[in-house]
Amino acid sequence: MNPVKSLKAQKSQLGESAFQLKVLNDKELLGNDLPLFQDKLKEINLYPLKPTKLEIFQINVGKMCNQVCKHCHVDAGPDRKEIMTRETMQQCVDIIAKYKFKTLDLTGGAPEMNNNFRWFIEEIRKVDADINIIVRCNLTIILANPKYHDLPDFFKKHKIEVISSLPATSASRTDSQRGDGVFEDSIKALQMLNDVGYGMEGSGFTLNLVYNPAGAFLPAGQVGLEKEFKRVLKTKFNIEFNSLFAITNVPISRYLDYLLVSGNYAAYMEKLVAAYNPVATVNVMCRNTLSIGWDGYLYDCDFNQMLELKVAAKSKHISEFDYEELSNRSIIVNQHCYGCTAGLGSSCGGEVA
Amino acid sequence: MKTYYNPDDLAKFGKIGEFGGKDLAKKFFDYYGETFKDGALTEREKSLIALAVAHTMQCPYCIDAYTSDTLAKGCTEDEMMEAVHVSAAMAAGVKLVHSVQMINKAKELMM
Repeated sequence: MNPVKSLKAQKSQLGESAFQLKVLNDKELLGNDLPLFQDKLKEINLYPLKPTKLEIFQINVGKMCNQVCKHCHVDAGPDRKEIMTRETMQQCVDIIAKYKFKTLDLTGGAPEMNNNFRWFIEEIRKVDADINIIVRCNLTIILANPKYHDLPDFFKKHKIEVISSLPATSASRTDSQRGDGVFEDSIKALQMLNDVGYGMEGSGFTLNLVYNPAGAFLPAGQVGLEKEFKRVLKTKFNIEFNSLFAITNVPISRYLDYLLVSGNYAAYMEKLVAAYNPVATVNVMCRNTLSIGWDGYLYDCDFNQMLELKVAAKSKHISEFDYEELSNRSIIVNQHCYGCTAGLGSSCGGEVA
Repeated sequence: MKTYYNPDDLAKFGKIGEFGGKDLAKKFFDYYGETFKDGALTEREKSLIALAVAHTMQCPYCIDAYTSDTLAKGCTEDEMMEAVHVSAAMAAGVKLVHSVQMINKAKELMM
Protein backbone atom coordinates (compact mmCIF):
# COMPACT_ATOMS: atom_id res chain seq x y z
CA MET A 1 0.00 0.00 0.00
CA ASN A 2 1.49 3.32 -1.05
CA PRO A 3 1.43 6.33 1.25
CA VAL A 4 -1.37 8.75 0.41
CA LYS A 5 0.44 11.73 1.89
CA SER A 6 3.98 13.05 1.65
CA LEU A 7 6.25 12.68 4.68
CA LYS A 8 6.01 16.43 5.10
CA ALA A 9 2.19 16.34 5.25
CA GLN A 10 2.39 13.46 7.72
CA LYS A 11 4.72 15.65 9.79
CA SER A 12 7.21 12.78 9.81
CA GLN A 13 10.69 13.57 11.12
CA LEU A 14 12.07 12.14 7.88
CA GLY A 15 10.34 14.96 6.04
CA GLU A 16 13.08 17.18 7.48
CA SER A 17 16.40 17.21 5.66
CA ALA A 18 18.43 17.76 8.84
CA PHE A 19 16.96 14.60 10.35
CA GLN A 20 17.76 12.61 7.20
CA LEU A 21 21.40 13.71 7.41
CA LYS A 22 21.46 12.72 11.07
CA VAL A 23 20.15 9.25 10.21
CA LEU A 24 22.70 8.87 7.40
CA ASN A 25 25.51 9.50 9.87
CA ASP A 26 24.07 7.57 12.82
CA LYS A 27 26.59 4.81 13.56
CA GLU A 28 24.33 3.13 16.11
CA LEU A 29 21.54 2.79 13.58
CA LEU A 30 23.92 1.30 11.04
CA GLY A 31 25.40 -1.10 13.59
CA ASN A 32 28.61 -0.74 11.66
CA ASP A 33 31.28 1.88 11.19
CA LEU A 34 30.89 2.64 7.49
CA PRO A 35 33.69 4.63 5.89
CA LEU A 36 32.95 8.28 5.21
CA PHE A 37 32.26 9.00 1.54
CA GLN A 38 34.69 11.89 1.63
CA ASP A 39 37.46 9.50 2.78
CA LYS A 40 36.75 7.35 -0.29
CA LEU A 41 37.27 10.47 -2.40
CA LYS A 42 40.55 11.21 -0.60
CA GLU A 43 41.81 7.70 -1.47
CA ILE A 44 41.56 8.55 -5.16
CA ASN A 45 42.66 12.19 -4.82
CA LEU A 46 39.22 13.53 -5.69
CA TYR A 47 38.55 15.43 -2.47
CA PRO A 48 37.30 18.10 -2.53
CA LEU A 49 35.19 17.00 -5.48
CA LYS A 50 35.27 19.59 -8.25
CA PRO A 51 33.08 20.07 -11.32
CA THR A 52 34.48 19.09 -14.71
CA LYS A 53 32.36 21.19 -17.07
CA LEU A 54 28.94 22.67 -16.50
CA GLU A 55 26.92 20.97 -19.23
CA ILE A 56 23.58 20.02 -17.69
CA PHE A 57 21.18 22.49 -16.18
CA GLN A 58 18.68 20.47 -14.16
CA ILE A 59 15.64 22.39 -12.99
CA ASN A 60 13.16 21.06 -10.49
CA VAL A 61 10.03 23.05 -11.30
CA GLY A 62 8.11 21.86 -8.26
CA LYS A 63 7.28 19.12 -5.80
CA MET A 64 3.65 18.80 -6.84
CA CYS A 65 2.85 15.39 -8.33
CA ASN A 66 -0.19 13.25 -9.11
CA GLN A 67 1.62 10.19 -7.69
CA VAL A 68 2.98 9.37 -4.24
CA CYS A 69 5.72 6.84 -5.00
CA LYS A 70 7.20 4.91 -2.10
CA HIS A 71 10.79 5.61 -3.13
CA CYS A 72 10.45 9.30 -4.08
CA HIS A 73 13.54 11.27 -3.05
CA VAL A 74 11.61 14.52 -3.55
CA ASP A 75 8.79 13.51 -1.16
CA ALA A 76 6.52 14.73 -3.93
CA GLY A 77 2.76 14.37 -4.06
CA PRO A 78 -0.55 16.15 -4.57
CA ASP A 79 -0.18 17.81 -1.15
CA ARG A 80 3.10 19.52 -2.06
CA LYS A 81 2.44 23.07 -3.19
CA GLU A 82 6.02 24.25 -3.72
CA ILE A 83 6.29 25.09 -7.42
CA MET A 84 8.52 27.41 -9.41
CA THR A 85 7.11 30.85 -10.26
CA ARG A 86 7.21 32.43 -13.71
CA GLU A 87 9.69 35.01 -12.38
CA THR A 88 12.17 32.32 -11.34
CA MET A 89 11.64 30.53 -14.65
CA GLN A 90 12.45 33.77 -16.48
CA GLN A 91 15.70 34.03 -14.49
CA CYS A 92 16.53 30.48 -15.63
CA VAL A 93 15.71 31.37 -19.26
CA ASP A 94 18.07 34.36 -19.06
CA ILE A 95 20.92 32.16 -17.80
CA ILE A 96 20.25 29.54 -20.48
CA ALA A 97 20.30 32.27 -23.16
CA LYS A 98 23.62 33.55 -21.88
CA TYR A 99 25.56 30.33 -21.31
CA LYS A 100 24.21 27.83 -23.88
CA PHE A 101 24.21 24.59 -21.91
CA LYS A 102 24.23 21.24 -23.68
CA THR A 103 21.19 19.87 -21.84
CA LEU A 104 18.26 21.23 -19.92
CA ASP A 105 16.75 18.57 -17.67
CA LEU A 106 13.29 19.37 -16.28
CA THR A 107 12.11 17.39 -13.32
CA GLY A 108 9.69 17.55 -10.39
CA GLY A 109 7.24 16.28 -8.97
CA ALA A 110 5.35 16.09 -12.19
CA PRO A 111 6.82 19.10 -14.03
CA GLU A 112 3.75 19.30 -16.28
CA MET A 113 1.59 20.23 -13.25
CA ASN A 114 3.30 23.59 -12.99
CA ASN A 115 0.89 25.98 -14.75
CA ASN A 116 3.84 27.74 -16.41
CA PHE A 117 5.42 24.54 -17.71
CA ARG A 118 4.48 25.02 -21.37
CA TRP A 119 5.29 28.73 -21.31
CA PHE A 120 8.70 27.89 -19.82
CA ILE A 121 9.56 25.44 -22.60
CA GLU A 122 8.39 27.84 -25.31
CA GLU A 123 10.57 30.60 -23.83
CA ILE A 124 13.59 28.31 -23.63
CA ARG A 125 13.15 27.27 -27.26
CA LYS A 126 13.05 30.96 -28.26
CA VAL A 127 16.48 31.62 -26.75
CA ASP A 128 18.11 28.26 -27.56
CA ALA A 129 16.78 26.21 -30.44
CA ASP A 130 19.46 23.55 -30.08
CA ILE A 131 19.59 22.78 -26.38
CA ASN A 132 18.54 19.20 -25.63
CA ILE A 133 15.48 19.56 -23.42
CA ILE A 134 14.64 16.57 -21.26
CA VAL A 135 11.31 16.24 -19.48
CA ARG A 136 11.12 13.62 -16.74
CA CYS A 137 7.53 12.62 -17.33
CA ASN A 138 5.94 10.16 -14.90
CA LEU A 139 3.64 8.92 -17.73
CA THR A 140 0.41 8.79 -15.71
CA ILE A 141 0.14 12.58 -15.82
CA ILE A 142 -0.69 12.28 -19.53
CA LEU A 143 -3.89 10.44 -18.58
CA ALA A 144 -4.59 12.24 -15.29
CA ASN A 145 -6.70 15.00 -16.81
CA PRO A 146 -7.93 15.83 -20.35
CA LYS A 147 -5.80 18.99 -20.29
CA TYR A 148 -2.70 16.77 -20.33
CA HIS A 149 -3.81 14.38 -23.11
CA ASP A 150 -2.00 16.42 -25.77
CA LEU A 151 1.36 16.33 -23.97
CA PRO A 152 2.87 13.86 -26.47
CA ASP A 153 2.17 16.35 -29.29
CA PHE A 154 3.50 19.24 -27.21
CA PHE A 155 6.70 17.30 -26.47
CA LYS A 156 7.06 16.49 -30.16
CA LYS A 157 6.50 20.08 -31.27
CA HIS A 158 9.36 21.28 -29.05
CA LYS A 159 11.69 18.33 -29.82
CA ILE A 160 11.79 17.24 -26.20
CA GLU A 161 13.50 14.07 -25.01
CA VAL A 162 11.09 12.18 -22.76
CA ILE A 163 12.49 10.15 -19.86
CA SER A 164 10.01 8.10 -17.88
CA SER A 165 10.17 5.74 -14.94
CA LEU A 166 9.06 2.16 -15.21
CA PRO A 167 10.54 -0.04 -12.49
CA ALA A 168 9.23 -3.34 -13.85
CA THR A 169 7.44 -4.97 -16.72
CA SER A 170 4.82 -6.33 -14.34
CA ALA A 171 1.88 -4.47 -12.79
CA SER A 172 2.40 -5.87 -9.30
CA ARG A 173 5.97 -4.69 -8.88
CA THR A 174 5.39 -1.33 -10.60
CA ASP A 175 2.30 -0.59 -8.52
CA SER A 176 4.05 -1.65 -5.31
CA GLN A 177 6.49 1.21 -5.85
CA ARG A 178 4.43 3.81 -7.71
CA GLY A 179 0.83 3.23 -6.59
CA ASP A 180 -2.24 1.23 -7.59
CA GLY A 181 -3.08 1.39 -11.28
CA VAL A 182 0.15 3.16 -12.25
CA PHE A 183 1.38 0.32 -14.45
CA GLU A 184 -1.79 0.19 -16.51
CA ASP A 185 -1.80 3.97 -17.06
CA SER A 186 1.93 4.00 -17.78
CA ILE A 187 1.44 1.40 -20.51
CA LYS A 188 -1.36 3.47 -22.07
CA ALA A 189 0.80 6.61 -21.92
CA LEU A 190 3.75 4.83 -23.52
CA GLN A 191 1.46 3.68 -26.33
CA MET A 192 0.29 7.30 -26.80
CA LEU A 193 3.92 8.43 -27.00
CA ASN A 194 4.68 5.67 -29.53
CA ASP A 195 1.65 6.74 -31.58
CA VAL A 196 3.17 10.17 -32.21
CA GLY A 197 6.59 8.67 -32.97
CA TYR A 198 8.35 8.69 -29.61
CA GLY A 199 10.69 5.74 -29.19
CA MET A 200 10.17 4.60 -32.76
CA GLU A 201 13.29 3.82 -34.76
CA GLY A 202 14.25 6.57 -37.18
CA SER A 203 11.70 9.08 -35.85
CA GLY A 204 14.28 11.21 -34.06
CA PHE A 205 11.99 11.50 -31.04
CA THR A 206 13.66 9.95 -28.02
CA LEU A 207 11.80 8.04 -25.35
CA ASN A 208 14.03 6.62 -22.63
CA LEU A 209 12.95 4.59 -19.63
CA VAL A 210 14.32 4.67 -16.12
CA TYR A 211 14.52 1.52 -14.05
CA ASN A 212 15.03 1.83 -10.34
CA PRO A 213 14.59 -1.17 -8.12
CA ALA A 214 11.24 -1.63 -6.41
CA GLY A 215 12.82 -2.76 -3.16
CA ALA A 216 15.99 -2.83 -1.09
CA PHE A 217 18.33 -4.10 -3.79
CA LEU A 218 20.70 -2.60 -6.32
CA PRO A 219 20.02 -2.59 -10.06
CA ALA A 220 21.71 -5.15 -12.30
CA GLY A 221 23.57 -4.06 -15.45
CA GLN A 222 21.41 -1.85 -17.64
CA VAL A 223 22.30 -3.62 -20.89
CA GLY A 224 20.63 -6.85 -19.77
CA LEU A 225 17.69 -5.02 -18.23
CA GLU A 226 17.15 -2.98 -21.40
CA LYS A 227 17.11 -6.14 -23.51
CA GLU A 228 14.52 -7.76 -21.26
CA PHE A 229 12.33 -4.63 -21.02
CA LYS A 230 12.40 -4.27 -24.81
CA ARG A 231 11.44 -7.92 -25.30
CA VAL A 232 8.57 -7.89 -22.81
CA LEU A 233 7.14 -4.47 -23.67
CA LYS A 234 7.21 -5.26 -27.39
CA THR A 235 5.66 -8.72 -27.16
CA LYS A 236 3.06 -7.93 -24.51
CA PHE A 237 2.10 -4.33 -25.30
CA ASN A 238 3.68 -3.50 -28.69
CA ILE A 239 5.66 -0.71 -27.01
CA GLU A 240 9.02 0.55 -28.24
CA PHE A 241 11.56 2.80 -26.54
CA ASN A 242 15.14 3.91 -27.13
CA SER A 243 17.25 3.21 -24.04
CA LEU A 244 16.81 2.08 -20.49
CA PHE A 245 18.73 3.80 -17.69
CA ALA A 246 19.31 1.80 -14.52
CA ILE A 247 19.32 4.09 -11.49
CA THR A 248 20.20 3.16 -7.92
CA ASN A 249 17.83 4.37 -5.23
CA VAL A 250 19.60 6.96 -3.09
CA PRO A 251 18.87 6.54 0.63
CA ILE A 252 17.10 9.81 1.37
CA SER A 253 13.54 10.98 1.97
CA ARG A 254 10.79 8.41 1.28
CA TYR A 255 13.24 5.70 0.19
CA LEU A 256 15.13 6.18 3.45
CA ASP A 257 11.81 5.94 5.28
CA TYR A 258 11.05 2.69 3.42
CA LEU A 259 14.47 1.26 4.30
CA LEU A 260 14.05 2.10 7.98
CA VAL A 261 10.46 0.84 8.27
CA SER A 262 11.22 -2.40 6.40
CA GLY A 263 14.37 -3.07 8.47
CA ASN A 264 16.61 -2.94 5.40
CA TYR A 265 18.52 0.26 6.13
CA ALA A 266 21.81 -1.07 7.54
CA ALA A 267 22.05 -3.90 5.01
CA TYR A 268 21.31 -1.53 2.11
CA MET A 269 24.01 0.93 3.19
CA GLU A 270 26.46 -1.96 3.50
CA LYS A 271 25.55 -3.10 -0.01
CA LEU A 272 26.17 0.40 -1.38
CA VAL A 273 29.53 0.69 0.36
CA ALA A 274 30.59 -2.83 -0.66
CA ALA A 275 29.72 -1.99 -4.29
CA TYR A 276 31.63 1.33 -4.22
CA ASN A 277 33.36 1.82 -7.56
CA PRO A 278 36.11 4.46 -7.93
CA VAL A 279 35.62 4.54 -11.71
CA ALA A 280 31.97 5.48 -11.28
CA THR A 281 33.05 8.13 -8.78
CA VAL A 282 35.16 9.93 -11.36
CA ASN A 283 32.08 10.26 -13.59
CA VAL A 284 29.41 11.22 -11.04
CA MET A 285 26.76 13.52 -12.51
CA CYS A 286 27.25 16.36 -10.03
CA ARG A 287 30.54 17.11 -11.82
CA ASN A 288 28.80 18.34 -14.97
CA THR A 289 25.36 19.25 -13.60
CA LEU A 290 23.89 22.14 -11.70
CA SER A 291 20.55 21.64 -9.98
CA ILE A 292 18.08 24.46 -9.52
CA GLY A 293 15.31 24.22 -6.93
CA TRP A 294 11.71 25.40 -7.29
CA ASP A 295 12.61 28.57 -5.39
CA GLY A 296 15.68 29.33 -7.51
CA TYR A 297 18.34 28.10 -5.11
CA LEU A 298 21.31 26.22 -6.56
CA TYR A 299 22.49 22.74 -5.62
CA ASP A 300 25.07 20.19 -6.77
CA CYS A 301 22.38 17.63 -7.64
CA ASP A 302 18.69 16.86 -7.12
CA PHE A 303 19.55 14.75 -4.04
CA ASN A 304 21.51 17.56 -2.37
CA GLN A 305 18.59 19.80 -3.26
CA MET A 306 16.19 17.60 -1.29
CA LEU A 307 18.66 17.54 1.61
CA GLU A 308 18.76 21.36 1.38
CA LEU A 309 22.53 21.37 0.91
CA LYS A 310 22.95 24.53 -1.16
CA VAL A 311 26.07 24.94 -3.30
CA ALA A 312 29.26 25.91 -1.50
CA ALA A 313 29.56 29.22 -3.34
CA LYS A 314 28.62 32.83 -2.81
CA SER A 315 26.15 32.65 -5.68
CA LYS A 316 23.56 30.41 -4.09
CA HIS A 317 20.57 31.61 -6.10
CA ILE A 318 19.78 31.80 -9.81
CA SER A 319 19.44 35.58 -9.43
CA GLU A 320 23.12 35.80 -8.49
CA PHE A 321 24.41 33.18 -10.96
CA ASP A 322 28.19 33.35 -11.31
CA TYR A 323 29.40 30.84 -13.93
CA GLU A 324 33.09 31.07 -13.02
CA GLU A 325 32.56 30.71 -9.31
CA LEU A 326 30.10 27.83 -9.71
CA SER A 327 32.47 26.04 -12.10
CA ASN A 328 35.15 26.06 -9.43
CA ARG A 329 33.05 25.30 -6.36
CA SER A 330 33.61 22.26 -4.15
CA ILE A 331 30.76 19.78 -4.44
CA ILE A 332 29.11 18.90 -1.13
CA VAL A 333 29.22 15.19 -0.36
CA ASN A 334 27.72 13.04 2.38
CA GLN A 335 26.92 9.36 2.98
CA HIS A 336 24.01 9.34 0.50
CA CYS A 337 26.57 9.86 -2.30
CA TYR A 338 27.35 6.12 -2.12
CA GLY A 339 24.08 5.75 -4.06
CA CYS A 340 25.71 7.23 -7.17
CA THR A 341 28.97 5.28 -6.98
CA ALA A 342 27.79 1.70 -6.43
CA GLY A 343 28.49 -0.91 -9.08
CA LEU A 344 28.45 0.65 -12.51
CA GLY A 345 27.42 3.95 -10.96
CA SER A 346 24.17 5.82 -11.18
CA SER A 347 23.09 9.16 -12.56
CA CYS A 348 19.97 10.68 -14.06
CA GLY A 349 21.27 9.14 -17.30
CA GLY A 350 21.86 5.70 -15.80
CA GLU A 351 25.24 3.95 -15.44
CA VAL A 352 28.40 6.04 -15.59
CA ALA A 353 31.24 3.47 -15.43
CA MET B 1 21.13 -17.18 19.66
CA LYS B 2 24.25 -18.51 17.98
CA THR B 3 23.78 -20.44 14.75
CA TYR B 4 26.13 -22.02 12.28
CA TYR B 5 24.81 -19.74 9.55
CA ASN B 6 25.31 -15.98 9.91
CA PRO B 7 23.90 -13.66 7.19
CA ASP B 8 26.89 -11.34 7.68
CA ASP B 9 29.20 -14.13 6.52
CA LEU B 10 27.93 -13.87 2.94
CA ALA B 11 29.82 -10.59 2.52
CA LYS B 12 33.02 -12.36 3.67
CA PHE B 13 32.85 -14.99 0.93
CA GLY B 14 35.09 -13.00 -1.40
CA LYS B 15 37.82 -12.93 1.24
CA ILE B 16 38.27 -16.67 1.80
CA GLY B 17 41.62 -16.47 -0.01
CA GLU B 18 43.02 -14.33 2.81
CA PHE B 19 42.99 -17.38 5.11
CA GLY B 20 44.91 -19.58 2.69
CA GLY B 21 44.88 -20.96 -0.82
CA LYS B 22 44.90 -17.47 -2.31
CA ASP B 23 45.67 -18.63 -5.85
CA LEU B 24 42.98 -21.29 -5.78
CA ALA B 25 40.44 -18.77 -4.47
CA LYS B 26 41.36 -16.36 -7.25
CA LYS B 27 40.96 -19.11 -9.86
CA PHE B 28 37.58 -20.02 -8.43
CA PHE B 29 36.28 -16.43 -8.35
CA ASP B 30 37.56 -15.74 -11.87
CA TYR B 31 35.83 -18.88 -13.11
CA TYR B 32 32.68 -18.02 -11.16
CA GLY B 33 32.60 -14.49 -12.57
CA GLU B 34 33.20 -15.68 -16.11
CA THR B 35 30.50 -18.35 -15.84
CA PHE B 36 27.80 -15.84 -14.96
CA LYS B 37 28.55 -13.46 -17.83
CA ASP B 38 26.25 -13.20 -20.84
CA GLY B 39 26.98 -16.06 -23.24
CA ALA B 40 24.74 -18.53 -25.01
CA LEU B 41 22.53 -17.91 -21.98
CA THR B 42 21.82 -14.42 -20.69
CA GLU B 43 22.97 -13.26 -17.26
CA ARG B 44 19.30 -13.19 -16.32
CA GLU B 45 18.72 -16.84 -17.31
CA LYS B 46 21.87 -17.89 -15.46
CA SER B 47 20.69 -16.08 -12.35
CA LEU B 48 17.38 -17.99 -12.42
CA ILE B 49 19.27 -21.29 -12.83
CA ALA B 50 21.45 -20.31 -9.86
CA LEU B 51 18.33 -19.55 -7.81
CA ALA B 52 16.99 -23.03 -8.58
CA VAL B 53 20.33 -24.65 -7.72
CA ALA B 54 20.49 -22.62 -4.49
CA HIS B 55 17.25 -24.31 -3.42
CA THR B 56 18.39 -27.73 -4.57
CA MET B 57 21.56 -27.34 -2.51
CA GLN B 58 19.54 -25.69 0.30
CA CYS B 59 22.26 -23.07 0.70
CA PRO B 60 20.93 -20.05 2.66
CA TYR B 61 23.79 -17.85 1.45
CA CYS B 62 22.98 -18.64 -2.17
CA ILE B 63 19.22 -18.21 -1.67
CA ASP B 64 19.91 -14.77 -0.18
CA ALA B 65 22.33 -13.83 -2.96
CA TYR B 66 20.29 -15.08 -5.91
CA THR B 67 16.99 -13.73 -4.62
CA SER B 68 18.60 -10.29 -4.65
CA ASP B 69 20.30 -10.96 -7.98
CA THR B 70 17.17 -12.17 -9.80
CA LEU B 71 15.21 -9.19 -8.43
CA ALA B 72 17.95 -6.84 -9.57
CA LYS B 73 17.85 -8.41 -13.03
CA GLY B 74 14.15 -7.68 -13.26
CA CYS B 75 12.87 -11.25 -12.86
CA THR B 76 9.23 -11.48 -11.90
CA GLU B 77 7.83 -13.27 -8.87
CA ASP B 78 6.35 -15.92 -11.22
CA GLU B 79 9.73 -16.54 -12.87
CA MET B 80 11.49 -16.88 -9.51
CA MET B 81 8.86 -19.21 -8.10
CA GLU B 82 8.82 -21.33 -11.27
CA ALA B 83 12.60 -21.71 -10.99
CA VAL B 84 12.14 -23.03 -7.46
CA HIS B 85 9.41 -25.40 -8.70
CA VAL B 86 11.88 -26.74 -11.25
CA SER B 87 14.22 -27.43 -8.35
CA ALA B 88 11.42 -29.07 -6.35
CA ALA B 89 10.13 -31.10 -9.30
CA MET B 90 13.64 -32.33 -10.06
CA ALA B 91 14.15 -33.32 -6.41
CA ALA B 92 10.83 -35.20 -6.44
CA GLY B 93 11.65 -36.76 -9.80
CA VAL B 94 15.04 -37.89 -8.57
CA LYS B 95 13.32 -39.73 -5.73
CA LEU B 96 10.51 -41.15 -7.83
CA VAL B 97 12.69 -42.41 -10.67
CA HIS B 98 14.42 -44.61 -8.09
CA SER B 99 11.09 -46.28 -7.52
CA VAL B 100 11.80 -48.13 -10.78
CA GLN B 101 14.67 -49.81 -8.96
CA MET B 102 12.32 -50.64 -6.10
CA ILE B 103 9.72 -51.99 -8.53
CA ASN B 104 12.35 -54.10 -10.35
CA LYS B 105 13.63 -55.54 -7.08
CA ALA B 106 10.12 -56.14 -5.75
CA LYS B 107 9.14 -57.99 -8.93
CA GLU B 108 12.26 -60.08 -8.61
CA LEU B 109 11.33 -61.09 -5.06
CA MET B 110 7.56 -61.40 -5.31
CA MET B 111 5.70 -64.47 -6.46
